[in-house]
Amino acid sequence: MAKIRGAVTIDEEKCKGCSLCVASCPADVLSLQPKEVNNRGYHYAFMSSPEKCIGCASCAMVCPDACIEVYRVKEP
Amino acid sequence: MDINDIIKPENRVYKRPALLNDTHMHYCPGCSHGVVHKLIAEILEEMNAEDKAIGVAPVGCAVFAYNYIDVDFIEAAHGRAPAVATAIKRLQPDKLVFTYQGDGDLAAIGTAETIHAANRGENIAIVFINNAIYGMTGGQMAPTTLLGMKTATTPYGRRADLNGYPLAISNLVAQLDGACYVTRQSVHTPAAVRKAKAAIRKAFENSMAGKGTSLVEIVSTCNSGWKLPPVQANEWMKEHMFEKYPIGDLKNV
Repeated sequence: MAKIRGAVTIDEEKCKGCSLCVASCPADVLSLQPKEVNNRGYHYAFMSSPEKCIGCASCAMVCPDACIEVYRVKEP
Repeated sequence: MDINDIIKPENRVYKRPALLNDTHMHYCPGCSHGVVHKLIAEILEEMNAEDKAIGVAPVGCAVFAYNYIDVDFIEAAHGRAPAVATAIKRLQPDKLVFTYQGDGDLAAIGTAETIHAANRGENIAIVFINNAIYGMTGGQMAPTTLLGMKTATTPYGRRADLNGYPLAISNLVAQLDGACYVTRQSVHTPAAVRKAKAAIRKAFENSMAGKGTSLVEIVSTCNSGWKLPPVQANEWMKEHMFEKYPIGDLKNV
């Protein structure tokens, strides 16, 4: 069966670290940076386990700042 | 497969809507306003309505909505957005006219304008963000504040004998013959976001079809006003707000 792989890109400067994407992710892919901050001082989100991403776009849909873009491919 | 092989333009399934300006929103982290702005931008893009849409911005947190959504906007006096939208729609019936209002704007100072615009059956769409608090001015009690809810002006919780009862204005509007579509949605989960998007799209289509007034209430969070982190605020909303403001269609003609 073809496996679906996904990935997201996060606009780090726009992210406000609200962690709604982290809570909505069904595959536990995203986390907030534990120490790094962006220019505005927020702990921005990043893909902590990118291999688990299925590209469902749940994170992007609940993101209030529209800083997530989602990519998805079918692995042959 | 490497992550750089996945992140290519041809594999993109979700992107920032083009009608959303490339600026920082001034909203607090996790605020529902951002999600609803994004939905409106997506819908206008899908309907190819960027040239014929006219929004009316309220007074409240969303006062800068015109900076974020790249369509024509008018800023109305506090609560008067439905009155301004009425004038625009009557003068230019081929435009898609919508208002974007919070609960302090629509349910407090603008109650008369809201009720009468809906009663006249003006062909406008009203997007109503209900977070049960005056967010912009520092978290004071709004008419929609729940009983027992602590705010800056009700530090011991809202009391029915002193402050009255929470106002479910969508139920009031649903009684009116001029209103064609009244619904209550939320944006706390991906599923709820999809439903809210469908509801706002339907309201916009009703406005263009001349069926009457459509009101889409979005039950939202105000993390700063409620003094909760965004994820807990969503949980609190699910537990408490949905009791008084249950999700679903109130009227669909």
